[in-house]
Amino acid sequence: MTDRVVRVAAGQGFWGDWPEAPVRQVQGGPIDYLMMDYLAEVTMSIMQKQKSRDPKLGYARDFVPLMERILPDIVRRGIRVTSNAGGVNPRACADAVREVARRLGLSGKLRIALVTGDDLLPRIDELLQQGHPLTDMDTGRPLADIRDKVLSANAYLGMAPMVEALRQGAHVVITGRVTDTGLTLGPLFHEFGWSPEDWDKVAAGTVAGHIIECGAQSSGGNLLRDWRKVKGLENPGFPIVEASADGSFVVTKHPGTGGVVNLASVTEQLVYEMGDPNTYITPDGIADFTSIQLRAAGKDRVRVSGIRGRPRTDMLKVSIAYFYGYKAVGTLVYSWPEAYDKARAADRILRARLKDLGLEFEQILTEYVGVDATHGALSGPPSPDIPEVQLRIGVRARDKAPVERFTREIAPLVLTGPPSVTGFAGGRPEVQEVVAYWPALIDRRMVEPHVRVEVLDV
Amino acid sequence: MSRKPLKRPAAKPAVRLVQLRYLAHARSGDKGDSANVGLIALDPAHYPLLVKEVTRARVQRHFRGMVREVDRFELPNLNALNFLLHGALDGGGTISLKTDAQGKVYSTALLRMEIPVPVAVARKVAASR
Repeated sequence: MTDRVVRVAAGQGFWGDWPEAPVRQVQGGPIDYLMMDYLAEVTMSIMQKQKSRDPKLGYARDFVPLMERILPDIVRRGIRVTSNAGGVNPRACADAVREVARRLGLSGKLRIALVTGDDLLPRIDELLQQGHPLTDMDTGRPLADIRDKVLSANAYLGMAPMVEALRQGAHVVITGRVTDTGLTLGPLFHEFGWSPEDWDKVAAGTVAGHIIECGAQSSGGNLLRDWRKVKGLENPGFPIVEASADGSFVVTKHPGTGGVVNLASVTEQLVYEMGDPNTYITPDGIADFTSIQLRAAGKDRVRVSGIRGRPRTDMLKVSIAYFYGYKAVGTLVYSWPEAYDKARAADRILRARLKDLGLEFEQILTEYVGVDATHGALSGPPSPDIPEVQLRIGVRARDKAPVERFTREIAPLVLTGPPSVTGFAGGRPEVQEVVAYWPALIDRRMVEPHVRVEVLDV
Repeated sequence: MSRKPLKRPAAKPAVRLVQLRYLAHARSGDKGDSANVGLIALDPAHYPLLVKEVTRARVQRHFRGMVREVDRFELPNLNALNFLLHGALDGGGTISLKTDAQGKVYSTALLRMEIPVPVAVARKVAASR
């Protein structure tokens, strides 16, 4: 019993990740759980907008055809799925997956759970009135400043509803804003029966979740060290955690897949998006990343152990999205000779025209792709013989009109500005709405009593 | 094999300047308007050098005009340093107009930095690259 392992496999690292990955995780070898993370910071606001147009939308729609491909295998192999694909409408997502399962003849063979209660949008005014200011953690501003612009507000839930759904026998658990790490913690706490107040286990599961939540980024994708030596990325093996009851685990991938799992690939992912490594805060507890011990444990295997944790805080993080304004980015390509000088001349001309038109922007940003777009002034001056330079100008304003007008000023530069310019086939740049992120905290007692788990039979 | 000549600072003959790319690998990401860069020693034996030379102040100087403020954290267990580069993303997330709005390549921008290392280390690094 003590050497039993539970295998949690990553299927998606973000909404839009490689569509083949979950299929290959299910078919490529033994796994117990498939976890799929879909939610980034402003994803919820996109989903909220979709839901306001159609009450049957508001979730990661690609999850449904994906489940259609893997459901028969999942049932046959006894694999369970945890995902936050439910977005702002887990019920609609669960209904859609249930429909698909019925069509596949899986009635009576599958239970689908949905978790709700993270959505605070309908409760915002009530919460503000009760003295929860939902202050921006970065700027210190109270939410009241932008109340009328709020598009979505979701509390980050921990693993508890996930564990409960699995206890009730769900095969597919669909949630809204459950943390990325909760999708891995839930299965481990359910399987091993760990106490949710065993803080070292919480921290261990959190680190396991962090390592696999970005998909192949821990198994050879985007790996800087010895990148030329990473083979087989045509068929990247997504990471799998093989967890043991003592809280240690091995990171690996299916045999026969490309990429690599080694100390470098795991370490690069551990430091990704890291803040204070002593204090990695989740709703379930605090993990100390300075306690993590890594050991090479064979080909494409890294053993992770020694992780220490501390008790969870009384607060939950709230992810709020609000309407900010508009932006657009225009590009033109200038060729040799004197490509950089031509691009700079075009930038001067364009800025003068914008000024002459009396257009007001919050910001105008010029970058020269091929010269300074990624490393700024650190890049040093370009070669005088540089073959081409892409002029990239972005503008942002609270009002739409100046941004709209800006988009009509790019193409004219082709015939009214410096010579040897090309690369404008895309036509006018698109005016994009800017939805900004407002991170806040709330007393967890204001959220947790509202969390519900429902298990549906197919 | 291409070997770049290493510069020798006149005042300190016992050391040579080596670019961090030959001593460390790195990954970066975003946290609001801050970018983080995790800097990992290629050879664990060189981690103390990184701790000594890649200081908060030096990183702040390296990124002057690009970031507002720098925090540094040590992860000796991973032979890594973590840097938070505050104000690095021009507003961050969806607000930023930058190509690298999510700070994905601040990692390699840090690897451009040169630090003084003992001549023996410089020779060893040059031989292995």
